[in-house]
Amino acid sequence: MLEIKDLYKTFNPGTINEKKALTGINLTLNDGDFVTVIGGNGAGKSTLLNMITGVYPCDSGTIKVDGEDITSLPEFKRAKYFGRVFQDPMTGTAADMQIEENLALAARRGKARTLRPGIAHSERVKYKELLKKLDLGLDTRMTSKVGLLSGGQRQAVTLLMATMANPKLLLLDEHTAALDPQTAAKVLNLTNELVEEGNITTLMITHNMKDAIRLGNRLIMMNNGKIVFDIAGEEKKKLEVQDLLDLFAKVSDGEFANDRMMLS
Amino acid sequence: MLEFLTGLPTPVAQGLLWGIMAIGVYITFRILDIADLSVDGTLGTGGAVFVMLTISGVNVYVGLIVAFLAGCAAGLATGLFHTKFGIPAILAGILTQLGLYSINLAIMAGKANTPINWRNYDLIVSSLTSSLPRTIIISVIFVAAIIAILYWLFGTEMGHSLRATGCNEAMARANGINTDTRKIIGLVLSNGIVALSGALISQFSGSADVNMGRGAIVIGLASVIIGEVIFSKIFVNFALRLVAVVIGSIIYYVVISVVLKFGLDANYLKLLTALLVAVFLGIPYWRSKIAPKLSKSKGGAK
Repeated sequence: MLEIKDLYKTFNPGTINEKKALTGINLTLNDGDFVTVIGGNGAGKSTLLNMITGVYPCDSGTIKVDGEDITSLPEFKRAKYFGRVFQDPMTGTAADMQIEENLALAARRGKARTLRPGIAHSERVKYKELLKKLDLGLDTRMTSKVGLLSGGQRQAVTLLMATMANPKLLLLDEHTAALDPQTAAKVLNLTNELVEEGNITTLMITHNMKDAIRLGNRLIMMNNGKIVFDIAGEEKKKLEVQDLLDLFAKVSDGEFANDRMMLS
Repeated sequence: MLEFLTGLPTPVAQGLLWGIMAIGVYITFRILDIADLSVDGTLGTGGAVFVMLTISGVNVYVGLIVAFLAGCAAGLATGLFHTKFGIPAILAGILTQLGLYSINLAIMAGKANTPINWRNYDLIVSSLTSSLPRTIIISVIFVAAIIAILYWLFGTEMGHSLRATGCNEAMARANGINTDTRKIIGLVLSNGIVALSGALISQFSGSADVNMGRGAIVIGLASVIIGEVIFSKIFVNFALRLVAVVIGSIIYYVVISVVLKFGLDANYLKLLTALLVAVFLGIPYWRSKIAPKLSKSKGGAK
């Protein structure tokens, strides 16, 4: 469903700050794939997600969704294909707007915004049910400003928003990294539930290798703007954290010693 | 005291008419998070268009509508400068404001000031003492109608997308909102309202002047801030927050009239306003510096 061919991206070309972020990415995702992405800092993981969603223009290469070439579509036009959750809980929601307003905004992703009411009455009932399932007590606070919620609550709401309006692909960029371990585990479980429930094709960046192995049906490792390792199915299930560490040491030439991947 | 009370209707009427302008400023400054300086020019555009049309025999209400549309066009210019030319919003507003100076002069056939007298034309508001009650009632009707329309608009899907754009652009785009067009729509709407206010103010003051909008943005900000400082705890609803802005504008003009009565040289009014706004804008910043913990717990996130 997602098809990336020979994708290149260099930031600040020709300057002292030149950074070759992506150096020839080829990646094809099948419907229902749940792919975890690992790699050191600066490997190009976030850049890859940002290129898919159109935050930055590509230098060269093509990106297709279900056969349609979206390489030159502006970010807001391709948003209908993607649900996104960012690392920073502040990024995914509008803090000054109510919980239900945020959900209603996401439910209209890919649709024209008209002069009809921002939230229909029937939606409120639906959102209440969705929030109830989160079990965070948010179903009684639907008109609270999102800015008043904790980081974990905000990520949970962002996850709900990202999985609304039937996205073709869910993109998660270290979305539990800013949360405390307990909350992170809760948000991760929720992620798994929502993905399985909707059978949503998912690309999840994580720096936690246990999660990368435990979740999903496929794992890719990035280094220096390239995909250096791509493993799926039974083989992936048999992976151990040590295997990944060894592999990482090999591809990154020992640079990994001061990388935070070591911590996990 | 009696003198103060009998003199009150004039600043109240003034505050209501400028309050309409302040509502326009609220849309850009608070909802879109843009400080739009074009309003200094747009207010004059509204006045100039209205006065010239009325003098040439056009119906007053038609004149108001055309003034509104002229303001919308000015907002469109700022919006295009900002989104299509990539010019920072503040500078885009300054460019429009400067350009409007020439345009406003041209509208008034090269004259810096064009008088319009209530004796000769069927004006709906005026500073004439005997017609002040009527002026106040009409101003309140205008304020109420504008607030009602905006309350409805910002509750629609389109309005939600405007608010999201001002609140978190990255999130808005991630949810498929074209943030460029939303900014343009907001600027068009805001400047239209400001020009409408200019058209009413020119009737009240009896003339359109090429300098009538000088410092309008600061007066607008003063109204927004005064309204928020006093009413932010009680007025949570969007419509009530707009009411607070208008009350802020009335308070501003009442205070100004009192200060003038105490003998302040009118020349220093703009300086006083600028310092006042600077201090009020500084308060939240200082608060966060002095008591970071306090503001964090207030922010609530994390």
